[in-house]
Amino acid sequence: MSDQKKNDEIHGVVAYFDDVDSVMSAARKVRDAGYKKWDAYTPFPVHGIDEAMGTKPTILPWIVLGMGLTGMACGLLLQWYTNAYDYVFLISGKPNWSLPANIPVTFEVVILFSAYTAFFAMLGLNKLPHLSNPLHKLPKFRRVTADRFAICVEAKDPNFDADRVRAILGADTSEMEDCPVDTSRAALPLWFHAVMALVTCATFIPLSLAVKGRFATSEKPRYHVWPDMDFQRKRKTQTGWEGFEDGRSMRLPVEGTIPRGELRDDFELYFGVAQGSSVPPRATYDAGSMGGEKHEWLQSFPTAVVVDEALLERGRERYGIYCGVCHGAQGNGLGAVALRAKAIDAEQWGWVSPKALQSDSAKAYTNGELFHIASHGISSMKGYGSQITPKDRWAIVAFVRAIQASQALPKAPADLPEGVDFEPVPTIKDVRLSEASVDAPAGGTEPAGEAR
Amino acid sequence: MTITDPSAFGSQPSGQDDPSVRPSLVEGVNEDFSSVTDAVAGIAEIPVERTNRAWIICFAISVSLLGMLGMLILHLITTGVGVWGNNNPAYWGWPIVNFVFWVGIGHAGTLISAILFLTRQNWRTGVNRAAEAMTIFAVVCAGMFPGIHIGRVWVAYWLFPLPNQMAMWPNFRSPLLWDVFAVSTYASVSLLFWYMGMVPDLATFRDRAVNNTRRIAYGIFSLGWTGSSRHWHVYERAYLLLAALATPLVLSVHSVVSFDFAVSQLPGWHTTIFPPYFVAGAIFSGFAMVLTLMIPARQFFGLKHIITMRHIDVMCRILMATGLMVGYAYSIEFFIAWYGGVQYESFAFVNRAFGNYWWAYWIMVTCNVIIPQLFWSKKLRANLWVVMIVSITTNIGMWFERFVIAVTSLSRDFVPSSWGYFSPTWVDVTMFIGSFGLFFTLFLLFLRFLPVVAIAEVKTVMPQAHAHGEDHGESHSAGGSAAAPASRHDA
Repeated sequence: MSDQKKNDEIHGVVAYFDDVDSVMSAARKVRDAGYKKWDAYTPFPVHGIDEAMGTKPTILPWIVLGMGLTGMACGLLLQWYTNAYDYVFLISGKPNWSLPANIPVTFEVVILFSAYTAFFAMLGLNKLPHLSNPLHKLPKFRRVTADRFAICVEAKDPNFDADRVRAILGADTSEMEDCPVDTSRAALPLWFHAVMALVTCATFIPLSLAVKGRFATSEKPRYHVWPDMDFQRKRKTQTGWEGFEDGRSMRLPVEGTIPRGELRDDFELYFGVAQGSSVPPRATYDAGSMGGEKHEWLQSFPTAVVVDEALLERGRERYGIYCGVCHGAQGNGLGAVALRAKAIDAEQWGWVSPKALQSDSAKAYTNGELFHIASHGISSMKGYGSQITPKDRWAIVAFVRAIQASQALPKAPADLPEGVDFEPVPTIKDVRLSEASVDAPAGGTEPAGEAR
Repeated sequence: MTITDPSAFGSQPSGQDDPSVRPSLVEGVNEDFSSVTDAVAGIAEIPVERTNRAWIICFAISVSLLGMLGMLILHLITTGVGVWGNNNPAYWGWPIVNFVFWVGIGHAGTLISAILFLTRQNWRTGVNRAAEAMTIFAVVCAGMFPGIHIGRVWVAYWLFPLPNQMAMWPNFRSPLLWDVFAVSTYASVSLLFWYMGMVPDLATFRDRAVNNTRRIAYGIFSLGWTGSSRHWHVYERAYLLLAALATPLVLSVHSVVSFDFAVSQLPGWHTTIFPPYFVAGAIFSGFAMVLTLMIPARQFFGLKHIITMRHIDVMCRILMATGLMVGYAYSIEFFIAWYGGVQYESFAFVNRAFGNYWWAYWIMVTCNVIIPQLFWSKKLRANLWVVMIVSITTNIGMWFERFVIAVTSLSRDFVPSSWGYFSPTWVDVTMFIGSFGLFFTLFLLFLRFLPVVAIAEVKTVMPQAHAHGEDHGESHSAGGSAAAPASRHDA
């Protein structure tokens, strides 16, 4: 091909037209000549030129449809994962996952995905942005975005022959020129490279700070960018403050006053002693010192407490929550904690095994003493007065008495009247047999480590 | 854009007085592609030292107001939302009223661009660009108010479903979260739509650039657009798709905004009419704002032949139609309140019209329903002073509509013991004024530096844009389109 060398030097042949009719006419001729790498350039979309050029319909709508459906799936998945799976919102007993409430957001996500796809796929299919186009170097070509029309047949076309192209375009054109290949490559100034290098390095600073914050340790408190209400000008409970003479931030009740709800005038109910007698100290029960003070411990129950089935049931429930873990569900002193303490031989560190509540020594306590022990503790047992209300403590005392009494019942209810439904509480022996399998001390009538 | 119906600009060779013939879209006998390009691009090419004096004065005022808004936002953030009048029981005061007001204005742009595009209303080409710009700037103003209304703006990211150290997710059953998705989708899709429409015109600006700064700036944003017909082919398809997507979007956005109110159980809010009523109101206020902006702009920048009296006439008619829809919604609310037989609803509406805020209600009715009736008269539609005044009163009326909805219902809910009276503070008032500063600063910059009219689209509706001759039987209608300006000339 004699023209080959020349073809390498030019980007293509550009012909200019002054009106729509001539560019359409030329476009048909170029199309019919079988060229592929060519294009018509117009200041606005010319109606009918797609047909004149033989442009095939774009696949853009299908891409948008695909991404729109993807958006729908993403929108639904996002809402399902966040609100029905990972962090479930319970609202007015409605189902965790119900479509109607999720339609608006799903719809918006579909539109979002589709619209972005329509725009960016348009750019992609048109290979834009494309800032260094050889055509932009032609001063005459600049009018194509204003009021002129052009056709450029590119030299890359396999059938390209400059003379033939000129002949085809010549009939309608008002002006024609060759577009040279753009060989100039604008060099960026040196300072630009320097600045970009610095900026690039600087972009690593936040990242490295984040990495350091993630993996390094520090003794300094975290820096509060937004303190919100974390630091307030106030004193918190149980802290000191030099502003008051006694150095406490909290104030004691005024002498001779009783805080609301703190009036303890029913000695039977609150202290387990007879009305008007001396109030036992708020101290862990010590048989010696307590006995020395000769408190008038209540033998029965306070008048404020009615011992009935409801109270026993309440006691059984509270006992199960607070006492059973050590004293065992049956009161045999073999709760889970006790068994574990036994297994690790905790007595060497001062552990005192919980008392078997059916033991004679336990039965020997008065109700008042049992109440006091439940309230303030005994040996290594802590008091539960702060956790259990007085009436519930009395309910527990009643339940403990019931346990103690039930141990004396015969296993076979031969002595009971006809028609009474009775199922015996398992005896301590039964319990031990069954618990022996879980590494409990077998045999022996009482657990070791009786309380003082 | 190419989907132009030649009959739209007068296929019958008859005079302008014939009501069946529409006047041509671009006025003037000797208009051609270059003169349209010159008219629009010329605005952005005026040297800085010869900038229109009116523009400079307006811009100075707007920037000052914007600065004031910035200081007020700083004051708000550093002090807390207590600087506003929002207080028990009206926790949604002016900030939310302003949000709905601005987001409503932001509806006309996409409506003109998308719905009128799909319905082949070719007259849109003269005003769509400016209306889209108005949409985006109005949505910027709208987005600002809920953004600062949340109180602790530094945790605004909690609005979005981002994984966080609290291992919590937002509640997707809340209309407020739907709002986040709707408004942010609307803002970003409107921006894409606007920018994409502008790419060919930015290329025109690039090719007319007289200095390197302009060439590089417009060159980057025009993405190397050449006007290739193969590109136009994909571009038009993408534009059509964006229009088709933006149409349901624009209807959904104000529907979702109305859900913020309608999904709650407050009397006066809990009604099913809210979504269509809000959308009609949004279009109403949006067209009012387009008129308010376009009438001075065409006057100052010499665009009277592109934004013609016909455009203004059509927009006035749309304004009146949507005003009637809004008026219908006002009356049907009363009917349903009575017909529904719920005493709280009945009370809420009687209280609106005759209670503490009667003045706001009657300002709303006067501005939105009564004054637009002037547009039944063709003479008044052609009087720009009347059009300007009506468009401004409509904006005022639509602001009061949102105020009436938000504040009257909140201040009189179920329990009389919690009733109150809302009073704005100076921060409320100045912040609302400042939001106009933000809006007009952006809009004036747009007028000065970007193509205010869709140049390429206007060219497609000019008679010269259509091929004559033998191709696919268009000769008849194309000939007719060529006759249109001639017939106008005769008239």
